[in-house]
Amino acid sequence: MLLTLSWVIPLAGAILLLLVPNRDGSRDGVIRWLALALSIAAFAVTLVIWARFDSASADFQMVERVPWIPAFGIDYYVGIDGISLLLVVLTGFLTPIALLSSWEGIEKKVKEFSVFILALEAAMLGVFISLDLFLFYVFWDAMLIPMYFLIGIWGYDQRIYAAIKFMLYTMAGSVLMLVAILALAYMHSESAGSYTFDLLKLYALEIPRTTQTWLFLAFTVAFAIKVPLFPFHTWLPDAHVQAPTAGSIILAGVLLKMGTYGLVRFAFPLFPAAAHEFAPWIAGLAVIGIVYGALVAMVQPDMKKLVAYSSVSHLGFVVLGICAMNVQGMQGAVYQMLAHGISTGGLFLLVGMLSDRRHTRLISEFGGLKNSMPRLTAAFLIITLASIGMPALNGFIGEFLTMLGAFLWDPRFVVVAGLGVILSAVYMLWMFQRVYLGPITNDKNARLPDLQPREWASVLPLCALAIAMGVFPSLFLAPMELSVKKVVERVQTGQPARADNAGQRVRTE
Amino acid sequence: MPNLQLDAVVPMLCVTLGALAAMGGEALRGKGPRMPVGWFGIIGLAGAAVSAVILWNPTPEAFREDFGVIVADNFGLFVTLVLAVVGILTIMFSSQVIHRDNLPAGEYYALLLFSIVGMMMMATATDLLVIFVALEVLSLAVYVLTGIRRDNLAGTEAAFKYFLLGAISSAFFLYGIAFTYGVTHSTRLSAIAQYLSAQSMSGEPMVLVALGLLLVGFAFKISAVPFHMWTPDAYEGAPAIVTGFMSTGVKAAAFAAFVRVFLSSFEPFRDLSAAGPGWAPVVAVLAAATMILGTVVGVAQGNLKRMLAYSSIAHGGYLMVGLVAANAVGKAAILFYLLAYSVTNLAAFGVIAMLGARDRANDSLRDYAGLWHSSPGLAALMTVCLLSLGGLPPTAGFIGKWYIFQAAVSAGYYWLAIIGVLTSVVSVFFYLRVVVMMYMADRDGAPEPARVSGFGMVALTLSIVVIFYLGILPAPILDFAGKSIATIF
Repeated sequence: MLLTLSWVIPLAGAILLLLVPNRDGSRDGVIRWLALALSIAAFAVTLVIWARFDSASADFQMVERVPWIPAFGIDYYVGIDGISLLLVVLTGFLTPIALLSSWEGIEKKVKEFSVFILALEAAMLGVFISLDLFLFYVFWDAMLIPMYFLIGIWGYDQRIYAAIKFMLYTMAGSVLMLVAILALAYMHSESAGSYTFDLLKLYALEIPRTTQTWLFLAFTVAFAIKVPLFPFHTWLPDAHVQAPTAGSIILAGVLLKMGTYGLVRFAFPLFPAAAHEFAPWIAGLAVIGIVYGALVAMVQPDMKKLVAYSSVSHLGFVVLGICAMNVQGMQGAVYQMLAHGISTGGLFLLVGMLSDRRHTRLISEFGGLKNSMPRLTAAFLIITLASIGMPALNGFIGEFLTMLGAFLWDPRFVVVAGLGVILSAVYMLWMFQRVYLGPITNDKNARLPDLQPREWASVLPLCALAIAMGVFPSLFLAPMELSVKKVVERVQTGQPARADNAGQRVRTE
Repeated sequence: MPNLQLDAVVPMLCVTLGALAAMGGEALRGKGPRMPVGWFGIIGLAGAAVSAVILWNPTPEAFREDFGVIVADNFGLFVTLVLAVVGILTIMFSSQVIHRDNLPAGEYYALLLFSIVGMMMMATATDLLVIFVALEVLSLAVYVLTGIRRDNLAGTEAAFKYFLLGAISSAFFLYGIAFTYGVTHSTRLSAIAQYLSAQSMSGEPMVLVALGLLLVGFAFKISAVPFHMWTPDAYEGAPAIVTGFMSTGVKAAAFAAFVRVFLSSFEPFRDLSAAGPGWAPVVAVLAAATMILGTVVGVAQGNLKRMLAYSSIAHGGYLMVGLVAANAVGKAAILFYLLAYSVTNLAAFGVIAMLGARDRANDSLRDYAGLWHSSPGLAALMTVCLLSLGGLPPTAGFIGKWYIFQAAVSAGYYWLAIIGVLTSVVSVFFYLRVVVMMYMADRDGAPEPARVSGFGMVALTLSIVVIFYLGILPAPILDFAGKSIATIF
């Protein structure tokens, strides 16, 4: 029941909020508090899920299964393992922060804004807990709608362009994945006599090599666009820069993880043979993305764009870790997903605060902010260092493990990826220096208010978690360990050794 | 034909009586107060729906006696039900529009109902000639409905174009019937099927000519590329609600007959691996062209009705994919898709009709700028309809498309499925343009909130409930559709 509860609470909350009459905006305050309370309730549920999670088991837990479309073997089938567990908690954690971040920034149509955020949370949670491919696809696609509206209505100047680009890019990839999902279900009906979208049953399906290649590519392109992997990343800077702060936090914190999560959960384990074939290529793209993202981030005049490109770079490490297909790499990848969610979510939050105060995000407009707002500066420094991957902060563990994994697999990739680590220190610290250090050059920056209590409430948990994840990594690594091992084992041993011509049967029918 | 059973014609009879009552009521009423003519129609259509449900045979193994050339099989009854729903929703939407636009209520409702009778007949007929008669009954009524605003130039032009091209397509169709009769000596579908399957006449050119002519006739009616030219003009010129009715009812009826003729009589000619291609590859190419052209040209439209006209062309393409797949999933998918598409599209046109005003149609894309601020409810309803047309979950349109594409994949038509999903992404682009206008663009001046009558509100609410119901809990209706085709073809 818990898993269902986790996504039904925000969804029911969204519907509830819709019913609050608020034509003239007089109930904005009530709606804000109500939405926050609902998202905290959902977060509480995800914490209970974590508390009840059994780290000693690699299987899916808290499984719920109800027939949905029985004629096609489609079930409402949800469950979590160590990989999805922490992503679920991350989603629950970031949503209240996103709502807090927009307390003052969002002034028009507060009701609709809260409704879309909650609906988005419901869909994101649904993506992480689905064990039925059909259900997964429904959540995956449904999530686009609220995000589209969040960017398109509450975003900045180029918001409409960014919103449509986001929607079409993601959809173009995901519809091909839909065809692949349908093909999987059909292949199961051919071999076992009935349609199914059950992930675990499809894991067991023996898929001929050539078919694997096509299906793997269809899945991987969908996820690569979401990650985004170079060269599918061009929607990301637009979407990030134009989205309101809350949208950016969720986009960077959770949405991008869906792509990497999809690779770990679906693309690699479903098609292990194809995964082995393509892993070097994907890793190559990931490494290019690491360096390219870092180089482009370095020259950005706009802080939000800088952080957006840094995401391209950081997510490259995640993909690299996945492609290594060993325990260290995968574990590092999952850890890096969480760490990136915290640190980049935090960066967008803090940049949003600056932007709310000054209505600009250009680095050149700032300088010497340390003098006017020392507390915000401290918080920014912690998150910046976390993002760079400084030891004792969250980014370090993830990057270290992914690179270790990649080293065991093929050291050449690590050589280039290491360059990205250095570059990330360059662009992040350089930005920090230009914005916060030195004398105040612009009078407008002299009397900016420091962190407000409400802002403390959103910044403090992020900083605390960034430190906690760096100091006590085992707390977060332990639950995922067995699940990751299981996935790695599947990917490593699950190669069906069948001749190519076995694929003919499926294709000619 | 011994042992005639009249119950097969009961649904049609109900609607006919409703139509006659509407006509009589209008003729007999005194000057002054308006007669609630629409109620006759709703009662008649509700009667048709109820009788269709009663006639629906839960154990399809037992063959139902038919009324000669009209058969009350589950397939026909399902379509009858869809048509009844379309009719009821249309009347509910019309109730507001008619008074506002000063349309002649009696004629309007009577024509609407007569055309529905024709559609129902078309969906249940098992004889080519009866199908032709039904086609004419429905077409004539719809031609008049298209031009019912006689003082409106665009409407008259649309009606005239529609009539001319419709007449040509009828001629093709009739010619096809003649050739079929010439080869098989019968117009009865079952007899044609028997004759064709008994003989190996795959190389017979006359059959192919007959097949081709019938295909062209149907392609006109379902506006498949390249026989779609009349659609945008007719759809744009007709009153919005009539367009909604045309794009759903006519399409559903034509498709029902298309499926019945091609999957029963001409089933032996579906795939002729030995002697050249059968009709399936041809229809597959038409389907692909229809999907591509409908969406690509739709992108360039600045008028909402015209855009939805192209979108409905594209949706015809998706339906044809189900026909090409022709497996159990595909046939059921056609039925489900017809229902999902009809309700969604009709509701979208319903919103357009509600927003119209007497002096202007309010159907240019610019007119929807900032609709969110003036009529948030209508904007939200429109958005749901558009998302459903675009095939996004959790709406009816998504389940419909999934079902169609599942059929295509299961039949090995991967390329059609891929074209289908890619064109639906393109279609999302132009549906989103409307959403962008409604939610993200600002309008000069504050438009008045649109007034929606109680009836219209009920119809809109019903449509939305159906769209979400089909999208979230589709299993019962999928099952129903599956059973409806179980033993027919």
